[in-house]
Amino acid sequence: METVARSQPTVEADAAPKDATLIYRQSRWTRLTHWLWAISLFFMLLSGLQIFNARPQLYIGKESGFDYNNTVFAIGAENTAAGTRGYTEIFGKRFDTTGVLGWSGPAGQETARGFPSWATIPSYYDLGTARVVHFFFAWILSTTLVVWLVASVLNDHLRRDLAPRIEDLKRLPRDIVDHAKLKFHHTREYNTLQKMAYGGVLFVLLPLMIITGLAMSPSMNSVLPFLNDLLGGRQTARTIHFAVMVLLVGFFIVHMLMILAAGPINELRSIITGWYRTDPPPAHGDNTPERSA
Amino acid sequence: MAKFEISRRKFLTSASLGVSGIMLSGCDAFDSQLGVGDGLRSFLEGANGLTYRAQRWLAGRDALAQEFTEADIRQPQRPNGVTAPDDDTYKGLLANNFADWRLEVSGLVEKPLSLTREQLQNMPSRTQITRHDCVEGWSCIAKWTGTPLSLVLDQAEVKPQARYVMFHCLDTIDRSLAGDIKYYGTIDLIDARHPQTILAYGLNGKPLPVENGAPLRVRVERQLGYKMPKYLYKIELVDSFASIGGGRGGYWEDNGYDWYAGI
Repeated sequence: METVARSQPTVEADAAPKDATLIYRQSRWTRLTHWLWAISLFFMLLSGLQIFNARPQLYIGKESGFDYNNTVFAIGAENTAAGTRGYTEIFGKRFDTTGVLGWSGPAGQETARGFPSWATIPSYYDLGTARVVHFFFAWILSTTLVVWLVASVLNDHLRRDLAPRIEDLKRLPRDIVDHAKLKFHHTREYNTLQKMAYGGVLFVLLPLMIITGLAMSPSMNSVLPFLNDLLGGRQTARTIHFAVMVLLVGFFIVHMLMILAAGPINELRSIITGWYRTDPPPAHGDNTPERSA
Repeated sequence: MAKFEISRRKFLTSASLGVSGIMLSGCDAFDSQLGVGDGLRSFLEGANGLTYRAQRWLAGRDALAQEFTEADIRQPQRPNGVTAPDDDTYKGLLANNFADWRLEVSGLVEKPLSLTREQLQNMPSRTQITRHDCVEGWSCIAKWTGTPLSLVLDQAEVKPQARYVMFHCLDTIDRSLAGDIKYYGTIDLIDARHPQTILAYGLNGKPLPVENGAPLRVRVERQLGYKMPKYLYKIELVDSFASIGGGRGGYWEDNGYDWYAGI
């Protein structure tokens, strides 16, 4: 077996054409963990929405208010003159979400459920099974994160590709303008917005997801009682867990759009095989400041 | 090695195509694999054993669940599950204010017991303000008073081969072809002997109300609510729960919930 610290892609050299613009960009560790995360997050999202459906309300505080109101988010169904309607309530403001949230299903067979059947695993209501699926992939996700972190320290992915630098800050305005114009530079390095997005997911959102998940476990409460105090109580932890889910879904959507815009074949190839086609070097006389590879 | 590379590449490509296919076809794609006893489901359930061992290792035997103050009690304890048993036996006992009720302790013990409410209440008690976490996701803080289960077990002298405490309840939770199913559940002896595991007869300074499990319910503070049966009448020490009900250790467990509910 090769060592993690291997820096030159000797093994995959056979796959490398003579083309100098094709570079080896993603290590096997990054690629493998990327896909394990993709699969885990897919199952965790859909089983998580099923778990949420068992109590489609979110609260702020140590407990759920039944005799008082500390609800900040709720999905439900209500009978109106126009028939049963689904609603979603955010900070007391109510929106009609019939067909998707609160009241959904095939025409004539709608049922009261938080998230619709197509967005949950299993598709029918089954809290016990959703918990089995959720916790299985929770182990996969957190183990893979640790494996990736260790590998990325050893193979230098962390320092070389993700660590923020002063020049990242300097090029941020231009990065934003370039992204807005859908003008992409294909280089060895991540641009500033990419670093912020990937770093934010890996070092803020996913750890926060794991911490708020653990904070909901009554057994872990006996081990880490300060965790819930720090987060503002178990029900606040549950609300944060949900909010981070929304942010991760947001990341996923932007991630897909950026891949489509930047060239899906090239982007997919780099995360499957590791090889990535970079822009040709600037023509003579073109002094556009590119970061050197 | 090169061969391995190519096959893995193909695998990853097909895996990602597979995931996208599933997303397009909707989430009933896994339904047929996720029933209790199905292969995929049983495989995934293995992670719960890992959770159990990891949490036991981290929390040990005696780490205490968080306790709160009187100021945190802001509402009555929310009742759940059966809140008014319709069983004749129960209604008869209730009509007599549980004067004829007994808690039996049987199974793998040297000295089977039959305790009245007064006998239980005359034993040393523990009062704790704790948060009840339901598997559905809600929480409620309340003050519970009761007899530590460990004291009752000591009095009955548990035999060394006993591994679980099984709780028998008076309330019918479900009906099957074989007849009414009364609620039942099991915990291991580590939880049974945990300092906060009490047989509760008091709630928020008053006798335990019917909707919360009168005359007696168990509190297992490091697990979720479905592990804390209400309307108790018998505690049985067993070495296995394989032959009880569906063999998974409790009513909800037989319906797909995990036996260990520390998460």
